[in-house]
Amino acid sequence: MSFWQKIIQYRWDRIHAAICRKTAQDVRQALQAPTRNFDDLLALLSPAAAGFLEEMALAAHGLTVQRFGRTIQMFAPVYISSECINSCVYCGFNRHNQISRATLSVAEVEKEVMFLHGQGFRHVLLLTGESPHHAPLDYLIRIARKLQPLLASISVEIYPMATDDYRRLIENGVDGLTVYQETYHLKRYAEVHPAGPKRNYRWRLETPDRGGQAGFRRLNIGVLLGLSDWRVDGAFVGLHAAYLERRYWQSHVSVSFPRLRPAAGGFQPQFPVKDAHMVQLMCALRLWLPDAGLVLSTREPASLRENLLPLGITQMSAGSKTAPGGYAAKENVEGQFEISDLRSPQEVVRMIAAHGYEPVWKDWDAGFLNAVQP
Amino acid sequence: MTQLPPLIIADRTFHSRLLVGTGKFASTQIMQQAIAASGAEIVTVALRRVDLSDPQDNLMEAIDRNRYLFLPNTSGARDAEEAMRLARIARAAGCDPWVKLEVTPDPHYLLPDPVETLKAAEILVKEGFKVLPYINADPVLAKRLEEVGTVTVMPLGAPIGSNRGLKTRDSIQIIIQQAQVPVVVDAGLGAPSHAAEAMEMGADAVLINTAIATAGDPVGMAEAFRLGVEAGFKAYTAGLGRHSWEAEASSPLTGFLRSNHA
Repeated sequence: MSFWQKIIQYRWDRIHAAICRKTAQDVRQALQAPTRNFDDLLALLSPAAAGFLEEMALAAHGLTVQRFGRTIQMFAPVYISSECINSCVYCGFNRHNQISRATLSVAEVEKEVMFLHGQGFRHVLLLTGESPHHAPLDYLIRIARKLQPLLASISVEIYPMATDDYRRLIENGVDGLTVYQETYHLKRYAEVHPAGPKRNYRWRLETPDRGGQAGFRRLNIGVLLGLSDWRVDGAFVGLHAAYLERRYWQSHVSVSFPRLRPAAGGFQPQFPVKDAHMVQLMCALRLWLPDAGLVLSTREPASLRENLLPLGITQMSAGSKTAPGGYAAKENVEGQFEISDLRSPQEVVRMIAAHGYEPVWKDWDAGFLNAVQP
Repeated sequence: MTQLPPLIIADRTFHSRLLVGTGKFASTQIMQQAIAASGAEIVTVALRRVDLSDPQDNLMEAIDRNRYLFLPNTSGARDAEEAMRLARIARAAGCDPWVKLEVTPDPHYLLPDPVETLKAAEILVKEGFKVLPYINADPVLAKRLEEVGTVTVMPLGAPIGSNRGLKTRDSIQIIIQQAQVPVVVDAGLGAPSHAAEAMEMGADAVLINTAIATAGDPVGMAEAFRLGVEAGFKAYTAGLGRHSWEAEASSPLTGFLRSNHA
């Protein structure tokens, strides 16, 4: 059993039609329901809900404060390799893009993390493109072991692996796995992933299952907004998260909903997502998944990040660089995409505090995992 | 005014019967003010949130250990092994050997695992820890924990952070009746009236976090909980009027027996 067996019971077009049929009355019912079903989620994602944004925002805010308090978990991405054998049309690391690429040495990664540690970060997300040749499992293990003494939590956003490989990462101190399906639309997925291992929709879709089976404490899934209809992708990512919460009941599930940013290759989103739609999606996900983490990266502009903060966000990055070595170790390597919120972590932390929230740098302890000591 | 009896846990005496948590606050300053307003003498802190190796850690610095019993908790631990590992790390870093034992394998409702909690409690007690276990309101488990030597039992009123009140009232009543260690109602209490209700039932203390931390005015709410706990405890010690099944009818139903004898 995996999410594949679940998702094949649904048809994209039918979900789309069901969303379009929802009425204001359906939205009111969904808002008032003490526990919500999938139909309620569809109502909250529907065009009919556009007139209820303020009510949705209030409810999402209240629920988030109750479950998470007035806190925002801080994390930083660390790009360790931009080598990639995929050709995702929207991504700066697409193998056809003529960019300067790099794979950091273990010492360079440590230098990057020392820099972030100095800024206060204790949770980091290690990222690679898909190139097991440049960033093999034992390289990732060496990095995890090196970083462990510096950090409270290490997550990875890397090429999909087999369950046993994930187990080895966990044994060596990695506690979280991030993998986005990008879009749940099968045909559209094939169009934007024309070649490379990422073309395999099902292997990617089942990656969080393998991560859950391996025992990651945190599973983070997401959709890349702009690739397909955000309402239907929102419904599917909501369904996926609810499935993971139920099946891997000891793992905490988070959802990201990054919007496409300008990147090398110049891809233009076919389904642009407006700010109001971001708000609606985020509130709908919060009302559907009261306990899920909702992640907001520096892809979004500073002003929007401030406004989204009280609506349901639980995790934020700050001061991010998307090029390997971009913090301290290297110069002149190109990033995966352009950052929009360029403020320093200190500025972002001041903004968070000004909104009446506590930035939390540490909310995990390496002591939980009985990881191999370096 | 009569002096209310103090709360005694493991030979330590406390005058406040309100324990508070430190999560979910909007800032460290608000947390400090709220703790002060609550009158609490026991403050619990998630070990996952503090960096024990850093003497300038925000949260550690914010809690005056001369004034409060700093009670580390193992929130986030999925099994006995993890909880024990964290408790030992805390003690090795210089914390008092007190631990609020939380083994919550499900990160959503954070409900405690009874099997792993009992296992960890038994071992930690043997290692010299004062163990305060967070449990579901299970009277048999409470007795089993007492037998292995925990210094309190801490049954939940409702899931953590739910603010739903004493949903487990009947079971908590049994735990209170049977317990030989202090019963601290932990989790789910959302209003001072819930806290008062627990104290009126005979609980020895309550622990509050979310309801204070996420209130519009956390300092005001902390004070309200202090008053709620005091009111409930005072009512309990004053001998609360019982809902009585006993001899209330103005002409007793069995009065005819006596009149026959007369």
